Amino acid sequence: MANTTDTVTAPGPVTGPGVRRFPPALTRLARFAGILPFTAYVALGLIIPLIAIVIGAFKNPDTGAFTFTNVNIATHGVYLTGFRQSITLSVLAAVIPGVFGLLIAYAIFTAKRASFLRQVVITASGVFANFGGVPLAFLFIASLGSSALVTGWLTDIGINLYNLNFSLYTLSGIVVVYMYFQIPLMVLIILPALEGLRPAWREAAENMGARSWQYWRYVGGPVLMPSFVSCLMLLFGSSLAAYATAETLTSGTIPLTAIQIGSFLNGNVIAGQANVGKALGLGMVLIIAVVMIAYVMLQRRAAKWLR
Amino acid sequence: MAAIATEHAPVPVAAPRRQRRSFPVWRWVVLLIAGVYFLLPLYAALRFAGLSAFGTVFKQPGFGAALWLSARLAAMTWVITLVLMVPTTVYVHLRLPGLRRVMEVITILPIVIPPVVLIIGVLQVSPGSLKSTPWLLGLVYVILSMPFAYRSIDAGLRALDLKTLTEASNSLGAGWLTTLWRVILPNIRTALLSATVLIIALVLGEFTMASLDLYVTFPVWIVQFDQLNAQMSEAASLLALFVTWLLLMAITTIATRQNRRKGGGEVTLFSAATTTQTIGES
Repeated sequence: MANTTDTVTAPGPVTGPGVRRFPPALTRLARFAGILPFTAYVALGLIIPLIAIVIGAFKNPDTGAFTFTNVNIATHGVYLTGFRQSITLSVLAAVIPGVFGLLIAYAIFTAKRASFLRQVVITASGVFANFGGVPLAFLFIASLGSSALVTGWLTDIGINLYNLNFSLYTLSGIVVVYMYFQIPLMVLIILPALEGLRPAWREAAENMGARSWQYWRYVGGPVLMPSFVSCLMLLFGSSLAAYATAETLTSGTIPLTAIQIGSFLNGNVIAGQANVGKALGLGMVLIIAVVMIAYVMLQRRAAKWLR
Repeated sequence: MAAIATEHAPVPVAAPRRQRRSFPVWRWVVLLIAGVYFLLPLYAALRFAGLSAFGTVFKQPGFGAALWLSARLAAMTWVITLVLMVPTTVYVHLRLPGLRRVMEVITILPIVIPPVVLIIGVLQVSPGSLKSTPWLLGLVYVILSMPFAYRSIDAGLRALDLKTLTEASNSLGAGWLTTLWRVILPNIRTALLSATVLIIALVLGEFTMASLDLYVTFPVWIVQFDQLNAQMSEAASLLALFVTWLLLMAITTIATRQNRRKGGGEVTLFSAATTTQTIGES
């Protein structure tokens, strides 16, 4: 690391003697050496496995020859239904917790004097956002299952959830359960954007006689919108990625792509279709790619005002 | 700081006071609904498990072995994640600030990439010698922990005047490692602690990959044991949840107290920078 001293003097064009020993292009390249370990790890642990799936999706599992059969199977019949259901579920499980998470984040963000409350909510968000899988499913089976505690209470006061077309073991139930980790995730990812809303803007608007709704309609809303939508993109991806919770709740009765992929991994494979799971994975990667591109573009837009 | 001033700012004649008053009402309504939604299932699960289960859960067959495996995986994930992420994040802050946005996008990817998809690819490309050990899981958990680890380290660094610190340290003759170890690390202690707890929470909760890779980690044990004794397994998962949450609370509360003593502001999980930002503005 001969050029560490560069850091100290980097911004000024007039640097001390002996600093610019390398041609500028090479120095610029050398600066990226510092992130090499990270890049290598991400490549090995994330990028290469994903590429392997993409390649596998076009391979005949027996002969290894190039084929479209896997993709063809993965985009028809029950698998197509799976994609449809997954996307419906993910949209619902992004928008509802997204709006609610924004409200919670704003509530604790503006509660300037309730710092204990803020600590509770933010740390709880950190834990709950990581809480998922089977234990989460248990939690809700114990409370909203067909003969569980809360369901019983509601029946006592005359609301029978299961007569109202609600069931924990269908799409509506999964959305309710997913909110348990989606809302905390939303709180965590939208908070930085809320921090970017300058108090001065609100003061300026109020000084000009703007009412609360006018502030939100013309100042706060437009500034926050790109961040909000980009956070929804992440929530969409996060619920698309969830697997174990839905698997436990529905035991596979609802076709969802993640569950279908899981069943391929568990070895429930019809002969010759071993790579259909990878084709399904490819489909998911493509959806995620679209979502992430939208995320990046919206974030760039949001950055114009925030920070 | 600036925002407190906002609330006490002389209200211009045009702005009606009624709106200022009505605002906290919706805040409490929102938090009340959230409280009910998040606490009721916990209460229901507690009722279902029964308090006595918490005493005996440690003695159940397989509990110790599963927890021990998860603990080792958590330790491994923790070491690799911090060794990888701390120097990288510091480096990006100091010398490649233009890359921070790219880093944010890359490190958020593991949230949206389905673990069930990733594990297929990982199992396919990893060498057999690695596949036959549980340590492959630890290596993949490093990837999964990046979103939260990066965000807390980044928040910790943003709260510092990193440039001045490193310049001062360098001009006193410290090399890169010394600066990192003795100047930067002590200053982002809180961020590192939060990252640690979040990594533990992740490893103690990750079920999808562990079960598909056929290793009985703590969450996999919880599910398997549920067939035998549902109450015990419920108690185990509640226990894991409460312990991690209490740890995180303790860390942020103590850090805030220390920070206040030094004249700073509140420390939260991912936004240690908030306070400096508002102070700077006012």
